[in-house]
Amino acid sequence: MRLTHRRTGPVAEQKNIAAVAHHFDTAEQQREASTLGMWAFLVTEIMMFGGLFTGYVVYRNLYPDGFAAGSHHLDITLGGINTMALIASSLTMAMAVRAAQLGKRKTLVLFLLCTIALGLFFLGIKAVEYSHKYHEQLVPGLPFADEGTLTQQVYVFISFYFVLTGLHAFHMVIGIGLLTWLTVKGWRGGFSKEYFTPVELSGLYWHFVDIVWIFLYPLLYLIGRH
Amino acid sequence: MKNHIVPVKIYLAIFIALAILTALTTWIAFVDLGALNTPVAVTIAIGKALLVILYFMHVRYSDHLTWVFVAAGFFWLAILIALTMSDFISRGWLASGS
Amino acid sequence: MPTKIFHTTSRPQPEQMTREHYLNVDYGIKSWLLTTDHKRIALLYLATITAFFALGGIFAVVIRLELMTPSGDLVQSETYNKLFTMHGIVMIFFFLIPSIPATLGNFLVPMMIGARDLAFPRLNLASWYIFVIGGSLTFTAVVVGGVDTGWTFYTPYSSSYANTHVILTATGIFITGFSSILTGLNFIITIHKMRAPGLRWFRLPLFIWAHYATSLIMVLGTPVIAITIAMVGLERLFRVGIFDPALGGDPLLFQHLFWFYSHPAVYIMILPGMGVISELVTCFSRKRIYGYPFIAFSSLAIAVLGFLVWGHHMFVAGQSVYAAMIFSVLSMLVAIPSAVKVFNWTATLYKGSISYDTPMLYAFGFIGLFTIGGLTGVFLATLGIDVHVHDTYFVVAHFHYIMVGGMIMAYMGGLHFWWPKITGRMYSEGWAKLAALIIFVGFNLTFFPQFLLGYLGMPRRYHFYPEEFQVLNVMSSAGASVLGVGYLIPMIYFIWSMRYGKPAGPNPWGAKGLEWQTPSPPPTDNFTKPPVVEEAYAYAPHTQEDRPRG
Repeated sequence: MRLTHRRTGPVAEQKNIAAVAHHFDTAEQQREASTLGMWAFLVTEIMMFGGLFTGYVVYRNLYPDGFAAGSHHLDITLGGINTMALIASSLTMAMAVRAAQLGKRKTLVLFLLCTIALGLFFLGIKAVEYSHKYHEQLVPGLPFADEGTLTQQVYVFISFYFVLTGLHAFHMVIGIGLLTWLTVKGWRGGFSKEYFTPVELSGLYWHFVDIVWIFLYPLLYLIGRH
Repeated sequence: MKNHIVPVKIYLAIFIALAILTALTTWIAFVDLGALNTPVAVTIAIGKALLVILYFMHVRYSDHLTWVFVAAGFFWLAILIALTMSDFISRGWLASGS
Repeated sequence: MPTKIFHTTSRPQPEQMTREHYLNVDYGIKSWLLTTDHKRIALLYLATITAFFALGGIFAVVIRLELMTPSGDLVQSETYNKLFTMHGIVMIFFFLIPSIPATLGNFLVPMMIGARDLAFPRLNLASWYIFVIGGSLTFTAVVVGGVDTGWTFYTPYSSSYANTHVILTATGIFITGFSSILTGLNFIITIHKMRAPGLRWFRLPLFIWAHYATSLIMVLGTPVIAITIAMVGLERLFRVGIFDPALGGDPLLFQHLFWFYSHPAVYIMILPGMGVISELVTCFSRKRIYGYPFIAFSSLAIAVLGFLVWGHHMFVAGQSVYAAMIFSVLSMLVAIPSAVKVFNWTATLYKGSISYDTPMLYAFGFIGLFTIGGLTGVFLATLGIDVHVHDTYFVVAHFHYIMVGGMIMAYMGGLHFWWPKITGRMYSEGWAKLAALIIFVGFNLTFFPQFLLGYLGMPRRYHFYPEEFQVLNVMSSAGASVLGVGYLIPMIYFIWSMRYGKPAGPNPWGAKGLEWQTPSPPPTDNFTKPPVVEEAYAYAPHTQEDRPRG
C-alpha cells in the first residue's frame, strides 16, 4: 500500500501571520501539536508542584497542631482577595483568548492588560504578606518567633508556605512576562483569527498558575479555623 | 471542534461560580465539621479546578487525547502522594517498633 | 564534522560526492550550533555524552585502582567519597539517561515515522544547550572540588552537613533535567501527531514504542527530582525545614521524593535499549518479531509499573514494613514485562536465519546479561534477601549488569547498526567483532566477582576492605582494564570510518523500517521520495514459511 505525504499546506498570505513550519503538513497539525505540547508541559508542572504538595501532605499529617497554628498567622482577607484577583484574571485571560479567536486586536490587548494588572496586583499583595511575615519574625533561616512547644512544627509550616507561594509567585512573574510579550505583539497585529497559538498556549499556562493557587488558598490559609 | 468559541455568558457564569465557591470554602472553614473540614475544602478546590480546566482551558471542547493527558497528570500526582503516605500512615502500626 | 570527508574517499562514489545530504548541506560552526535538524542535533548530543562517558570512566578507573588493595592507600576517604559520587552522577545524569534517546532517538524517531523532523525542532536544539549548560555547571563542580554525598544526595548530610559543592552540582542536575523533559515532550507529541499517513500505532517499529514509553517517564518523573533537588538547595541556603530532623523535617521524605524519579529513571535508561534490541533481533534473524503487541504493551507496562516500586530502595531506611511489603510485591510485578520481552526476543531467534554481524553480537550480549541483572533485581526486591545485601557490592553488581551489560551493549549495538545510516560509512567489521568480544569478557570479569563480594558482605562506597576480599577485587579491577580497552577500540575505528570507511548504501543490512528507504546519509528533510508504509517487520512472507539455513 503506497500512501504519500501531504507535502504542501496552506501558506499564509496576510502579513505578520506565521506560515506553517516546514516540518508540518497543515496549519491544523501544527496547532494541535503546539497545544498538546503545552498540555504535556503543564503535566510536568503538575508533577513539580506535586512534589511540594506531597511534602505538605506528609507534614500536615505529622504536625496537625503546628500547621493549624501556622495557618492562623496568615491573613485570610488578603488571601481571599488574592484568590479572587487570580480568578478574575483567569476570566480576563479567557476573554483575551476569545478575542484572539475572533480576530479582535484591540479587545485582545485590553483583556491582556487587565490580566497583567490583576497579576501585578496579586504580586503586590504577596509582597505585603511577605513583609508582614518578616516583621512577625516568621521567616525560615532568620531568628524565628517563639511558638512554645509547636515552634518546630510551625517552622516547617512556614517553610512550606514560603516555598509553595514563592514558587507560585515565580511562575506568575514568568506569566506576566509572557503576557507582556503577547500584548506588544498583539498590539502590532501579530495575531489573527488564523494564527493566535501563542495567546492560546499562554492562556493555558496562566490558568494552570491560577489552579495552583486554588489549591494553595485552602491548604495554607484555612487550616483549623473553627 | 478545535476552534470552539465559548460564549461570554458561559465564561461569566463560570467566574461567578468560582467566586461563590471561594466564599463558600472560606465560610465553611469557620464551621466545625470535625474531621470533614479538610476533605470538604479539598473537594471544593477540586471543583473549582475542574471548572477552570473544563471551561477556561477548553478541555470540555477538546479531543480525548487532551483529556487523557490532563487525567494522567493528576493520576500520577495521586500515585506519588498515596504511596508516600502509605509509609507515613503505617509507621506507627507495629507496636514493637520496627 | 570536517568537510573533507566526502571529497577524498579512498573509493570515490560519484553519487556520494555530488548528492546533497544533511552533513554536507551546510558547513561551518554556526550551521551546527544553530541547526534545527534533528539529525545534526543527535550528533551534537553524541559528541557531548561521549565526553561525559569518558569523564565518568576516568572516575571508575581511579576507583578500581584504589580497590586493588585492601587498605585505602591511593586516595583519602573524602576523595574516594567524591570519586564514587561523581562517577554515579556523571554516568547516570549525563550519560545513561540521555544516551540512546538523545542520539539514536533524536536521529531516528522522525525517520521511523516518516516525518521531516520532530514536532518542535527549536525546542530540540534548546534541550541540547540546556544539557551543555547543566553539564558545564556540574563539570565546574567537579573541577573546584566535587561532591561527596553519593549520587543519591541523602539528607540531612546533603542538606545540612556536607561541606562540598552540593548546590553547584544540584543546580547542574536541575538544569539538565529540563533537557530530559523537553526531549521526552518532543517525542510524545511527535509520535502522536506526526506519523505518516497510514502509519497506525501497531505498524510502528518497537523502537518507537520504547521511546514513547521512555518519554512518558521523562515527562512524569523528572519534575519531581527537580523540585526535590531544589528543596535540598533551599534547605542548605535558607534553612527551610523540610528534610533535616533538627528543623523538624524527615529524611525519609527526601528518599521518597528522590526515588519516585530515580527508580523510573532506570527504566528511562533501559527501555530505549530494549527498543534497539527489538530492532536488532528481528533484522539479524530475518524474521518478524515474535509477539509484537506483547512487546509494545510491555514497554508501556514497564513505564507505568516502574512508578509504583520506588520504596524498594528504602527497605532498611526506616520505612514502615507495611509499605515495604507493598513495594516488594509491586517490584516483583515489574519484572514480568521485562521477562515478556526476553521471551519474545528468544522466540524471534528460534528458527530464524541468524547472522552474526556486530550489532547482533551486542544483542546477544544484552539478552544474556540483562537476564542476569534482571533476575538479581528480583532477588533484591525480596525483602528478606535485601536486608542482607543492601548497600553491598551485590547491589552494585546488579545495576551494573543492567546498565553496562544491558544498556551500554544495546547502545553499542544500536550505534553499529545505524552507523552506516548516520554517516554513510561502514566500520571495520573485524575490529568491531573483536571489540565486542573484549567488552563482553571484560565486563563479566569486572562485575561478576562483585556479586560474590556483595554476598560475602563487602559494603559499597568503602575504599578499604578486609583482606579476604582482595582476590575478587583484583579480578574486578583487571576486568575493568579489559573493559576500558574494549570501549576505546570502537572510538578509534568509528572515527577512522568517517574518513576511510567503505561507503554504505541506503540499506546495508537489508532491514525493514522507513529509515532504510532513504539514502545514507539522509537528506535534510529525511526522504527524497515519500516512504512506503507497510506492516512492521515484514521480513517473512505472510505464510510464515521460514526456512532455517543449514
